[in-house]
This record gives sequence, structure tokens and C-alpha cells, in this order.
Amino acid sequence: MIRLVDVVKRFPNSTALAVDHLTLEVEEGETAVLVGPSGCGKTTTMKMINRLEEPTSGSIYVDGRDVTLQDPVALRRGIGYVIQTIGLLPHRTVAQNIATVPELLGWDGSRIQGRVKELTGMLELSRELLSRYPSELSGGQRQRVGVARALAADPPVMLMDEPFGAVDPIVRARLQDQFLDIQDRLKKTILFVTHDIDEAIKMADRIAILNAGGILEQYDSPKEILREPANDFVKEFLGSERGLKRLALMKVGEIEVEEGPAVSPEDSAGRAQGVMQTFGTTWVSVVKDGELLGWVDSQSLAGKATVGEATARRFSAYLTAESSLREALDALITSKTQVAAVVWEGQRYRGILTAERISTEIVS
Amino acid sequence: MGVISEAAGWLTDPANWSGPGAIPHRLFEHVQISGVTVLAAALIAIPAGLLIGHTGKGRFLVVTLSNVGRAIPSFAILALTLPVTIKLGLGLGFWPTFIALFVLAVPPILTNTYVGVAGVDRDIVEAARGMGMAGGQVLRRLELRLAAPVIMVGLRTAAVEVVATATLAALVAWGGLGRYIIDGFAVRDDARILGGAILVALLAIATELLMGRVERLVRPRGSSSIRLRGA
Repeated sequence: MIRLVDVVKRFPNSTALAVDHLTLEVEEGETAVLVGPSGCGKTTTMKMINRLEEPTSGSIYVDGRDVTLQDPVALRRGIGYVIQTIGLLPHRTVAQNIATVPELLGWDGSRIQGRVKELTGMLELSRELLSRYPSELSGGQRQRVGVARALAADPPVMLMDEPFGAVDPIVRARLQDQFLDIQDRLKKTILFVTHDIDEAIKMADRIAILNAGGILEQYDSPKEILREPANDFVKEFLGSERGLKRLALMKVGEIEVEEGPAVSPEDSAGRAQGVMQTFGTTWVSVVKDGELLGWVDSQSLAGKATVGEATARRFSAYLTAESSLREALDALITSKTQVAAVVWEGQRYRGILTAERISTEIVS
Repeated sequence: MGVISEAAGWLTDPANWSGPGAIPHRLFEHVQISGVTVLAAALIAIPAGLLIGHTGKGRFLVVTLSNVGRAIPSFAILALTLPVTIKLGLGLGFWPTFIALFVLAVPPILTNTYVGVAGVDRDIVEAARGMGMAGGQVLRRLELRLAAPVIMVGLRTAAVEVVATATLAALVAWGGLGRYIIDGFAVRDDARILGGAILVALLAIATELLMGRVERLVRPRGSSSIRLRGA
């Protein structure tokens, strides 16, 4: 959808390259994040796509068409654009700002109004804001208006340059989550620029890590980049806690969990003791028709004929297929037994997860 | 004290308020030449300032023109243009006055227009271009709108200066309120000199107030966040 082929950018009066023979492809419906230190050419790269900058050499295609052969004004109207400072028109209301591109495209009034209303809902902006001026908005509201404005004409491609950069971390996290939800539905092709690796990991389907001078160091999914950084620069850029960052991206459902010691309530206490011995544990899960009831130990089984006579106790940590491994690890290290029960859809027993098991997953 | 009451007497004398050469007629002449000059200066200086501010090319021209324009006294320009206009057959009166006042009016309008446009937040301009506004649309819908208050300050400065300086027109046989001052000197009529001076001062103040009002009208709404970086 967006394809850069051997793109070079050298600014006049500069000997160094801003972008150095960059080849990159963003697939349709994917979010690619350009990330790197300042001076790595990430913003310049983005601006060459909507021709706010012209490449020195190389070609750029959007939807298979060479951008340098298109009228820049028409090209830009077909690409959503959000910048860090948002740049809302201060003398126009929120509604007028959102309507900017549809107006430029000559949509009729009722169609524009309908679209503005739709976007207001999508970005959870209150209706009262529509008649306000940008100076009357909070930082977070301004950013959402900026995103709404970029989405207004429903462009298939979006360029976003640190769109959530100018707000505090709490608001930023909320805006990121909201945008991920929207992107889930809209499936735009997005090129996103940030200097924040954590934002990149969160937003990206694929991350392009750029080095000073516009050199592409690695282009891959966040998981792969975290699993296997291409070189020391990438490793360093990813920062500390690389393992934890990776765990945050992996779901419990994606790894095999151990079956663990389990018995049914009908089983005899003796059988339960045997299972504990086999697994080398002091407890055993109680599972009835696939449903997890809890756990029992030798103490609670004392004097009982069957497992069902003993009171099953709840596990201190429960995980589902949707839990991230990072959440799983957190639950494990804060539980007394260092063991978490994994359940699927309600209480269907799947197995148990231990810290050791998670550790083998990172090391592999 | 005597002069002031004499001037008051002159100003209130009904004979000075009717007929050719009376105050309403001179006031009209004064407003006419001032208005025509400011309008002409605006027609040249605003488009030029917009273009220079929008493209960023020709800044040097603005600075030089406004410095030179402010350095040369209007009286000198009047003296310099008089032989030229006579030679060109444009004669006395209107044309030499017009040229002298035009040179006076252009710098503040040009400078403020340029500064107003150049002072528009570049991020807003970039966002507008990025969304697909063509150059002319950025200029009309954005830069001109946001620079309007600053441009108006330039127009106001020019108008007040021109109204005050148009008094010189009487020197080259044009009418206007300056007539009373020049003629008053010639016949040593202090009441007439002071009366004329008071009228010029009042007209200048009225111009200032009127333009100030227009300026508030063109201030874009939502502009509390727009920084005015006018000269």
C-alpha cells in the first residue's frame, strides 16, 4: 500500500544524508511505526510520502501509484495527516476543523454534517465541543480532534507524526488504546512516527528502527524485534526490560501450558496423594467435568475417603488465554504458591503456569 | 488664553461652516486625499506583503523599503516630486501630495502585512498543506485571516500618519484642512492657524478610533490563542 524503494533524501547545504537508501513496505491495513533517535530521518521519510518534502532519489508508491507523478494537493487530500502539534486552525470551530478535507473535496453540507457527527461519536468527543474553538480545548481533546480531522474524508492511508506526543502519559495511554480500537475496525494503512519505543511496540504491526542518517537497522514485528534484535544499536534502543516488553506482547493462549496435577472429586484421597507424589507437589487441582473447582492438599484430605469430601480452595491467581505473559508473571510472583491456574472461557481448566515455564518461553 | 478663545470663536463662527472654502468642504478634501492615498497604498502593499510573507522571499525588500520610507520626511518628498509632476504635466495639488503621502503610507502596511503572515504558526500552515490546501487556499483561508488584525494595525498607523501629514497638501495648492494653517500663517491669523490645527488633530483622533473599531471586527474568533506579533 505504501512502498518506498531506495529512497534518498539529502537537504541542500548538507553533506550528510537525511534518509539513506531506504526501502520499506507497509502492507494494506497494517500499522508500521518508524522509530529512532532524533536526526534519524523518520519525519522526513513521512513527509516525502505526502510530498511535503521531495526525495532526492528513489521512488515512493501509494496504492501502487508513484507519488511524484501525482498532483501534490490531490495526493494529500487522499492521505490522512496528523502532526504532534496538531495544527488545528485557530479561527475555526472544532466542527469546521474536522470538516476541512471534506470541504476541500467539495462534499455537500449535509454529508459533511453527517460525517462530523459520526467522527464525534467514534472519537468520543462530546457534541458541545463542536462549536468551540481549538484554544478552548484540553490537550487530549485537541489531539482527538486532530485524529478526527485526519479521518474525515475516510482516506485509506494515514500518516501520523507523534500524534499523541503532546499530552501527559495517562491521557496518551488512553488515546493510544482508543486509536487501536478504531484501527481494529477501520483497518487503515498507517505510517506512524514516534521516538518512544514503548509506543512503537504498542501501536505497531511492524516497527522500522532507524539510525542517525536515515539508515534502516531492522524492520519486523515488535515480537521479532524484541526476540532477536538485529544488532547492538537495536538492542540498545530497545532499552532495558526487553524480556518484559516481549512478555507484554505474548498471550497465555499462545504457549503450551502444563497439565499439572489434577484429580476429580470422585477420585479417592489415596489417588490424590499418588498424583501429588508423581508431580512432586504438595497440592492437587480438583477438576469436575472439565471445570476447575480449586485445589486440595494432604492436610485437607486427611481422614477423607474421596477428594470431593475435602473443601477445595481457590487458587490465588487465575489466568485466561487473553492474559499477557507479563500479567501472568506479575500474578505469579505475587502469589504464595508461585503457581497460577489457567482457565479458558469461564472456569474450563486448562492447566497451570509457573514462572519457570514463562522463563523458558523468553529464553527460547 | 486669548488665542484659544479666538480659535474657539473661529471654529464656531457660522461663516466658516458654509460655502466654498468653508470647513465642511476642506474636511471633505482632506478626507478625500487621505482616503485615496491609503486605499492605493493598501492595494499595493497588502498583496505584496502577503506574497512575501507566504513565500518567505523578498524579506530584504520589506526591511529596506520600510526603513527608507520612514527615514525620508514627507516634506522632502513633496519638494522632490513637485518639479517632476510639473514636468510630467500632472501639475500642482493632487499628484505631488498623493505621491508624498503614498510613500509615507506603504511602509507600515507592507511591514505589518509581512510580519502578520510570517508570524502565523508554521505548524498550522504545515498541517493545512498536509491536508491538501493549495498555496492560494492557505494564503486566503489561513494566513490572511490570522494576519488580519496585524494588517489592520498597519492600516491604522498609515491612516493616522497620512491624515496628519495631508496638512502639507496646502503647500502645493491642494485644499484640505492644512489650507487654514498655511493661509493663517500668511495673513498672521492665529485663530485660524489654531482652529485648523485643532480640526486636523480631531480628524486624526477620529481616524484612530474608527480604525481601531474595524480592527476588532476583523479579529478572528477563537483568537485568544493567536499571538499578535505585529510591529
